[in-house]
Amino acid sequence: MAELSKNDEQQDATPNVSEVEVVDAHSETEAVAAIEAPVERGEPILQVRNLQKHFPLTQGILFKRQIGAVKAVDGVSFDLHQGETLGIVGESGCGKSTVAKLLMNLERPTAGEIFYKGQDITKLSGRALKAVRRNIQMVFQDPYTSLNPRMTVGDIIGEPFDIHPEVAPKGDRRRKVQELLDVVGLNPEYINRYPHQFSGGQRQRIGIARGLALNPEIIICDEPVSALDVSVQAQVINLMEKLQDEFNLSYIFIAHDLSIVRHISDRVGVMYLGKMAEIGTDTQIYDHPTHPYTQALLSAVPVPDPDAREHRERIILTGDVPSPANPPSGCRFRTRCWKAQDKCAEEVPLLAVPERFQGSDTPAAHESACHFAEEKDVVHAA
Amino acid sequence: MTVIEETSVPSPRDGGADGGPLLEVRDLHVEFKTREGLVKAVNGVNYSVSAGETLAVLGESGSGKSVTAQAVMGILDMPPARIPQGEILFRGQDMLKMSAEERRRIRGQRIAMIFQDALSSLNPVLSVGYQLGEMFRVHQGMSKKDAKAKAIELMDRVKIPAAAARVNDYPHQFSGGMRQRIMIAMALALEPDLIIADEPTTALDVTVQAQVMELLAELQREYNMGLILITHDLGVVADVADKIAVMYAGRIVERAPVHQLYKRPAHPYTRGLLDSIPRLDHKGQELYAIKGLPPNLLRMPSGCAFNPRCPKAQDICREEIPALVPVTEQDGSELVGRASACHFWKETIHG
Repeated sequence: MAELSKNDEQQDATPNVSEVEVVDAHSETEAVAAIEAPVERGEPILQVRNLQKHFPLTQGILFKRQIGAVKAVDGVSFDLHQGETLGIVGESGCGKSTVAKLLMNLERPTAGEIFYKGQDITKLSGRALKAVRRNIQMVFQDPYTSLNPRMTVGDIIGEPFDIHPEVAPKGDRRRKVQELLDVVGLNPEYINRYPHQFSGGQRQRIGIARGLALNPEIIICDEPVSALDVSVQAQVINLMEKLQDEFNLSYIFIAHDLSIVRHISDRVGVMYLGKMAEIGTDTQIYDHPTHPYTQALLSAVPVPDPDAREHRERIILTGDVPSPANPPSGCRFRTRCWKAQDKCAEEVPLLAVPERFQGSDTPAAHESACHFAEEKDVVHAA
Repeated sequence: MTVIEETSVPSPRDGGADGGPLLEVRDLHVEFKTREGLVKAVNGVNYSVSAGETLAVLGESGSGKSVTAQAVMGILDMPPARIPQGEILFRGQDMLKMSAEERRRIRGQRIAMIFQDALSSLNPVLSVGYQLGEMFRVHQGMSKKDAKAKAIELMDRVKIPAAAARVNDYPHQFSGGMRQRIMIAMALALEPDLIIADEPTTALDVTVQAQVMELLAELQREYNMGLILITHDLGVVADVADKIAVMYAGRIVERAPVHQLYKRPAHPYTRGLLDSIPRLDHKGQELYAIKGLPPNLLRMPSGCAFNPRCPKAQDICREEIPALVPVTEQDGSELVGRASACHFWKETIHG
């Protein structure tokens, strides 16, 4: 953290994109060196601080004026440690995919910082940004649209080498691609085939091989198995766990299937309407949730056990997620919350360990953004 | 509100004209003619549903679960589809032998369907009130005004807030959960005897899914309807089903009451599906995965379609197609409603 604050002072907190373009060669070399330095296992590799992304809503055709903003991500902070898997869950529209795009530097944040090994990647450009991009890769949700149908598998997996030729010299690429195919469990002889010749699960393996091509340190997986058949999902999850051990990867695993997230994640963050509602280790979140939204979400998941259906307590939320263009004041969940009181409309609850649990070492003592956080075991409720 | 209460009281329904099942599908085959050859999507499916009962049809994509439902509804495109053999009995009458006019009277009025993707199944250029009212105008010859009043009543019934104000809104103005409610309202409009729900909640978030499934269960109880729930979600099935039919490559491979299927599966495929659910005590370990891929319907493996992926496969599995046979206890006593299409069901269920 000491390194972090130093960095803050150096570059001021204003995230103005146009200013960032001019970076002198000296600090760029420094940044590249920092990015290429290894990180100890368990140390934070990615630190996200107060990340915001607002998409403008405009009116008028010729003279566009802004009439508001969709607050897709509105103040999200978390750490990703080296070698761990951080699961992010939430309903559609809660901003989890926007977070993924921001981490990939595909979108510029409205405010906030993303520190990769101490370097704020939202302010980098040139060589340093390229080095960061090499180390953070992504696996997409839909293996049918994320592979170019006119390119062979070899071209798809080998394309990252065109941009980062230092990873694999030209003559060596074909062998490297075949190695990658083998690693993800596909026949290396398939190198000249096209994506349509593969099934969904195999295509997702191709997508994973492409993500691995540049030996990244972080892989961001945005719903990597939700488009696959049940019997194939387990295969892909196993592959991802195997690769994590083999290549010492850190994952950010975004999904809406809570049981799969629990299986693969070391820590889990629950998002609601652009904010992090609760974050903690998998046991803390699943067995000792303190935020009412997490409790409702967990209780709504159908359990594959017919005996549980008679005596399971279900919290059925009323209504839908409010529009992120016009979120409720105070706590964003209050419109659907059964505990909501006046305080919830006035004061935004901060993501912190609730006061009542501070200092105690119960599993309930983890960060939760609720004024009235209390424990409620919904998973084992009988 | 009182008016609505009066008119929406369901007429009590008898289980079936002769006390038999509402719908019975017997040895149904469906095939598609394609350029690459004949695709046999459904190969001899048998199932039945009674009034008030929920049958869950479980299967992966390409297992033939939706095609079977479309054949029951009579909405298959023929050609390219063909039904070379089989019977679909609705209250004892074979619907496949009926004239188009007779089937039209059953469809919508006696058997209704809820589709997966509400946004693409609703017409985007017509208001939801108009689309809901269409059921009454077409089937009952109601006037436009009466039909709209009925539409509002239905929207109230499925708990859409401010129904009277929203009746003239268009589908895109509703959220995903609300749109699915409109689909349910449409299916319910004429108080059918049977509803076929094809993946009704797959496109929805879990919290909304819970709302929709609860609504569906409540309405089913109230109207004593039969429900065929087509899904691939083992969790949803455990929550609502009475009995389950597991499909694989166009065949039913296992049939069982819901509690028994989860406790003691009698087919290796069902066992594989259940084992591949991530469980708490297996955290950090490798998930059980069924190896291989679902078969290509154009090049079906010989014998049992599951044999290339099956851990129990022997020579007989590659030669002989196993029939769906009743499953019994170890001592030979009957297990009601259970059947398995596996040569080695005894080993699978009894260990």
